[in-house]
Amino acid sequence: MYQYDQTDHTLIKERVAEYRDQVSRRLEGNISEDNFRPLRLKNGLYMQLHAYMLRVAIPYGLMSSDQLRMLAYIGRKYDKGYGHFTTRQNLQYNWPTLEDTPDILENLASVEMSAIQTSGNVNRNVTSDPYAGVAPDELEDPRPYAEIIRQFVTLHPEFSWLPRKFKIAITGAEDDRAAINVHDIGLKLKKNAAGEIGFIVLVGGGLGRSPFIGKVIREFLPKDDLIRYIQAILRVYNMEGRRDNLYKARIKILVHQLGIKNFAKLVEDEFKASKDDILLVGREEEERISAFFAPPDYVKLPIDDIGVVEASTNDNAFAEWLERNVTRHKQAGYAIVNVSLKPLDGVPGDITSDQMDAIARLAEKYSFSQIRATHRQNLVLPDVAKRDLISVWQGLCDKNLATANLNRISDIICCPGMDYCSLATTRSIPIAQRLNERFKHLDNILNIGEIHLNISGCINACGHHHVGHIGILGVEKNGEEFYQVTLGGSSSRDAEIGKIIGPAFSSEEIVDAVEKLIGVYISNREVGEQYLDTYRRIGPILFKEALYDAH
Amino acid sequence: MTLIKNGNVVENCWRTVDDNDEIYGAEAVIVSLNRWQNEKEALSVSNCSLGICLNSNQHPEVIASDVGHFYLIALEFSALADGRSFSYARLLRERYGFKGELRAVGEVIQDQLFFMGRCGFDSFELSEGTNVEKSIGALTSFSVAYQPAADNLKPAYQLRHESW
Ligand code: SF4
Repeated sequence: MYQYDQTDHTLIKERVAEYRDQVSRRLEGNISEDNFRPLRLKNGLYMQLHAYMLRVAIPYGLMSSDQLRMLAYIGRKYDKGYGHFTTRQNLQYNWPTLEDTPDILENLASVEMSAIQTSGNVNRNVTSDPYAGVAPDELEDPRPYAEIIRQFVTLHPEFSWLPRKFKIAITGAEDDRAAINVHDIGLKLKKNAAGEIGFIVLVGGGLGRSPFIGKVIREFLPKDDLIRYIQAILRVYNMEGRRDNLYKARIKILVHQLGIKNFAKLVEDEFKASKDDILLVGREEEERISAFFAPPDYVKLPIDDIGVVEASTNDNAFAEWLERNVTRHKQAGYAIVNVSLKPLDGVPGDITSDQMDAIARLAEKYSFSQIRATHRQNLVLPDVAKRDLISVWQGLCDKNLATANLNRISDIICCPGMDYCSLATTRSIPIAQRLNERFKHLDNILNIGEIHLNISGCINACGHHHVGHIGILGVEKNGEEFYQVTLGGSSSRDAEIGKIIGPAFSSEEIVDAVEKLIGVYISNREVGEQYLDTYRRIGPILFKEALYDAH
Repeated sequence: MTLIKNGNVVENCWRTVDDNDEIYGAEAVIVSLNRWQNEKEALSVSNCSLGICLNSNQHPEVIASDVGHFYLIALEFSALADGRSFSYARLLRERYGFKGELRAVGEVIQDQLFFMGRCGFDSFELSEGTNVEKSIGALTSFSVAYQPAADNLKPAYQLRHESW
């Protein structure tokens, strides 16, 4: 993975010093909360319901064992012994004090991490495919470009006061695990007719109050133009994006209001006009950065490991975990291990410091000291030799990290909701927990299969409910919590925004409602058909009837 | 109001005039875009030193071919959160070739100065209550940067490779 050189270290140290000064001015009362707010936000510090919340950047979701250990240490020292993984491949601490945050940042800086731009109206953490570099369906590793973009947008002098937040996602794979369709800019590596590799560029996707699927602005962008093209989009947005209305300030609204054609023209004009800017990172720098992402020293191994095959015939739990949580690797004899942060009785995405240490140790021993965070709030050990799978599984079981539920009904994406978030209008975590309770046995009895169930505690949609196969959005009516259901959403290859199926359900009714939806799927599915396929084939009518007819 | 220029506190020798104010002989005045557009000919032949102030709704493209007339261009930050003038400044410097004094006015506090400087501003009219010494210090809060801008800080990728 990328390693800091002198320049990176200097920059981050200077940033910590700047932030320390900002905090001390606030504590001394030399800066108003109004002026301090955007400054602390640009550093990932939110004011939540009970305390401050600090969001740490995990660039494109990639961490080393040392970094994860530091996150564990910070969780112990400055929080209540845990952290929370978000849908942005970041980690949040819910209980730091303002006074402690400069020290936390200094701790982070010592392992080449920061909280720079994890919030506020700036370029946010660049996200990517958690299987980058190890996925069999990948054209090329996107991480060098993610790193080049990370550097370009970090402390950018021109784009640090944008109309609204700005999120870039990049993937190199066929199967979209980075949700590039619902980002302000989505990039996918592709090959053109001449056999060159570049990017297809999407713009104006996003969730929140007005969800949009990104629109293609460039069918093919040569690699050398990447940064200059991103600059052009950001510059047009910075100058033209709406600043009069918070809810209309995202680039998706600008793209929607101008129409993609007109917006593209502005961008292409700006792009042409900037042709003399020295924004080409240069071949040498590209090679320097790419070298950090070279494949590790894999050993030559047989495709299948006899021990694993045997263990899976003898041990059902292991077999189930193997089938559900272990994914195919591009290298023979290796596997991608998904670490579930969704135990049935837990809070989706929560992780204790002890668990972090345990995963760091497993990664060190069995996965070249690397860990990835996914936007579905799980972790990944990307490079596990198949012969080590049993040891890894046992290590994960010891820490309650081996729930065999990747992409199953209990692999719920869930935002913090009213339990932590100051913007929340409803609770989300208790809904996730009650759903888990309900489906604990049903999932195995019915074999519900692959399904994405996403829950947001308010219209801001941090739980990505619009792209859940089943989405649940909490809405408040006269002081009571209700839950609106959207169906048919998807964030991957055939990305789609889910549609509201009908009137919202009360907190009591919502779990029954989900069970009814599953019932319709079970009775209509064809052999081997997953939930989303069935829904797409038969349409919403039967689902709607099941939900509302008996009412 | 304190004015910082090239890293020092300086006296403001410019008078900002209203559209109806009279302009006397050889003084240094800052006019609005409106006045410039209405009185372009008279102003360009007058003896005064000309400056112009654009608010954040006024894209500098409208004066792109006029920049040679001005010794000073002031760009307004109507609110801390309004970042348009960062782009405007770079366009003026890097695309329209403005070489005179580029002044940040409006909501201008310590924490924006480093970025403003990078975008091409060389003078700053500080908001009330902003610490002057710290603001001057803030102009150099970072010694390195990842991206090129309108200043001469070399981006990291150039620093890293001798051949640049
Ligand atoms: S969706 Fe709403 S409740 Fe949930 S984390 Fe986001 S802002 Fe908070």
